[in-house]
Amino acid sequence: MRGIISFGGYVPYRRLNRAAIAAVMGRGGGRGTRSVASYDEDTTTMGVEAARLALRSAETEPRALWFATADPAYLEKTNATAIHAALRLDTSVGALDFGGAVRSGVGALRTALEAGGPTLVVTSDIRGGLPTGADEANGGDGAAAFLVGGDDDGPVVAELLGTASATEEFVDRWRQPGSPSTGQWEERFGETRYGPLAAQAWKEALGSAGVGAEDVDVAVLTGAHGRAVKRVSGQLGVARVADDLAAAVGNTGTAHAGLVLANVLEQAEPGQTIAVVVLADGVEVLILRTTEALAAYRPVLSVADQVANGAEVSYATFLQWREMIRVQPPNRPEPSRPSSSAAARAQDWKYGFVGSRGVESGTLHLPPARVSIRPEDELDEMAPAPMADVGAAVVTFTVDRLVYSVSPPVVFAVVDFDGGGRLPVELTDVDPDAVRVGQRVEMTFRRLYEAEGIINYFWKARPARSGSTTD
Amino acid sequence: MASHGIKDQVAIIGMGCTPFREHWDKGVDDLLIDASSAAFASAGVAKDDVDAFWLGTASSGMSGLTLSQPLKLVGKPVTRVENFCATGSEALRQACYAVASGAYDVAMAIGVEKIKDSGYQGLNAAPAPHDGTKRNLTAAAMYSLVLPAYAARYGVDEDELRMVVAKIAEKNHRNGALNPLAQFRREMPAEKICEMASVAGRLSVFDCSGVADGSAAAIVVRADDAHQYCDDPLYIKALSFVSGTGGGLIDPEYDYTAFPECEMAGTDAYRQAGIDDPRSALAMAEVHDCFTPTEMVLMEDLGFCERGTAWKEVLAGTFERNGDMPVNTDGGLKAFGHPVGASGLRMHYECWLQLRGQAGEDRQIDLSTRNLALVHNLGGYPGEMVSFVSILGPQLG
Repeated sequence: MRGIISFGGYVPYRRLNRAAIAAVMGRGGGRGTRSVASYDEDTTTMGVEAARLALRSAETEPRALWFATADPAYLEKTNATAIHAALRLDTSVGALDFGGAVRSGVGALRTALEAGGPTLVVTSDIRGGLPTGADEANGGDGAAAFLVGGDDDGPVVAELLGTASATEEFVDRWRQPGSPSTGQWEERFGETRYGPLAAQAWKEALGSAGVGAEDVDVAVLTGAHGRAVKRVSGQLGVARVADDLAAAVGNTGTAHAGLVLANVLEQAEPGQTIAVVVLADGVEVLILRTTEALAAYRPVLSVADQVANGAEVSYATFLQWREMIRVQPPNRPEPSRPSSSAAARAQDWKYGFVGSRGVESGTLHLPPARVSIRPEDELDEMAPAPMADVGAAVVTFTVDRLVYSVSPPVVFAVVDFDGGGRLPVELTDVDPDAVRVGQRVEMTFRRLYEAEGIINYFWKARPARSGSTTD
Repeated sequence: MASHGIKDQVAIIGMGCTPFREHWDKGVDDLLIDASSAAFASAGVAKDDVDAFWLGTASSGMSGLTLSQPLKLVGKPVTRVENFCATGSEALRQACYAVASGAYDVAMAIGVEKIKDSGYQGLNAAPAPHDGTKRNLTAAAMYSLVLPAYAARYGVDEDELRMVVAKIAEKNHRNGALNPLAQFRREMPAEKICEMASVAGRLSVFDCSGVADGSAAAIVVRADDAHQYCDDPLYIKALSFVSGTGGGLIDPEYDYTAFPECEMAGTDAYRQAGIDDPRSALAMAEVHDCFTPTEMVLMEDLGFCERGTAWKEVLAGTFERNGDMPVNTDGGLKAFGHPVGASGLRMHYECWLQLRGQAGEDRQIDLSTRNLALVHNLGGYPGEMVSFVSILGPQLG
């Protein structure tokens, strides 16, 4: 049996109220909200957050990491390696990017399900378009990760029953590298392509799985082409098409099938048949069946909880974060690029958030040190101390309105970790007025800034989400 | 193994200090020439009479050439030193040890900073290549952490404490207003400071030191030789320096209400000088008021009052120019301005004037019962700092 061993969806904290768009621009927008990656997030950092959730629900160590996004932080350089480092995977674990196309998300998942060895598939996307456009309002940002493997890798919670693919070359949606918006052909045309392709793949997938449409309990149906999705929804003949999260999150592109699937799995019972149908330059279909192991499966933090716990971001701030409008930066020097060699030496600290702990004193050192601040520890008598999943509490804090930031002001806190240890650290996903002493926080992998084209990744603290840290 | 100090072995025989200003019309060279010329004249020596030089600058130049080129020093050693905002004091400390050792007869310590050529507001040092994980926070924000911590520990109302530190700025502005060399010569009522917008925590820009260009210099000789040069030298009673472990940043026991590096440097300096009770021995102190909460905490770190009481002493006027323990009579970093590498020597310059009765009628402190001065100069942040303390006096013994 091969299938999904664990999974995690990530929905960023911020929401744009779609009505805010028309309030400013006079048109555009719509009803509900969309999720918004913060200024310090990109597809890589969101991928890390989803993957951390997935790995914490499993004992299995992946042997490969595949990362798919249509909005890569880097070209040329592999983005999966930063995720690999943040997850502290062994150097023998390969890390590959599946790049560029929305279809690569479901493609990576399908390929992993049909390949060998435990594989962590991470899908992530930041969706947008020009102000007032449909993509701006209806897109969403998010990530989903799946640890895929066989019985001998760990308990499989959803077994793969069958797959199918249908491919045809037609130019329906397209975007040049670096372009802020996606072009779209007249919608009626794409609908005529997707309908027959979906019918063909659906029939083949059901056949390969040995089930009928009436046996499918729920279908995860996603695609960027709204009319086509609607049409295919009517032709599948299944009991239920899953909520596509459009009202609160929006369409997260490359990550979307995964995010909706994670949400479905979190609410599913053992023995249910789940179909995944993705319309993207053709059609991909996966047929899964949940196993008895699902009953014992405990997500660290559910998609539904994350959807329910967001906070609004103003349309002006959204436009600034997306670099649709440029604002005057503080009259302070911009930060300098991190040194690649220094960063490589500090990889466990910078990417993995691993400190050191005095063997004798137990005193935590962040960053890791060779010499302890306690005299009882001998030189180099230090043990690695992974702290990314340890909760902390705010001891004191301040708001810095002078320092350079992409999105001032900087909220900064001194936090004490559960079990000992302290770090002065920047807070994120927080309103300056809402911080208080004693507040629970957790660590999150973020993009601090970019300088000379090099992205500086490190950790910040954010207000704790329920159940997400080890107390 | 001990910090012995060099009490009464070295004397300052001359000093000079430029006005601290936004010197748009003066460069590093001009400032160095102005301060050194004033110091040479004060000591009655020519540049060739000085055997060795210590130049302190945080970021306005590299190497001894920064001084030897503008002054056209021929065949002389110049050492550039840097120790954060304590750079100027560090230059003096090295010059003192150089003459005390007998290696040289006459040495100069000179500090300079040309801040205002950066094009940015505030102080901005270019970092060494780094791994990108250092915190991104201004010094003002780091020091702003002191206020809520102190209020919580000692049960002081946060609004009242905010007024207390504004009173420190008010005092230093009052002192600066009388000082022709100071950057800010306007009084500033505490109430107005409290009304200003916060820039970091509850601190406003008027809780921060002035950002200025400037230079200050001292010429030192062995105490035995001092009277060959002047009738009223100033003797070095103590020189102490502590560079911290940075442990405060990661130690949950650190509570941001004290600066242990400063307390240690103070204790060491008092021991070197043979002072048991600083409050009864010291006529004045120049301390590193980089931000108003810093000066408040230093009053306790340096033993001028008990822990948890500095805020009351501030309100009681203890540290006013005519108070029981005058602090920052020249206006301090707050009103005199803070050209990083020059500030430590500027603090000594004020002691040089006051202890020798040359501060001028309107500024001169009372020396009838006490005649020692303390200089405290720090660099860094709560939890990770360097701290310098010296003690000076006009008499041997």
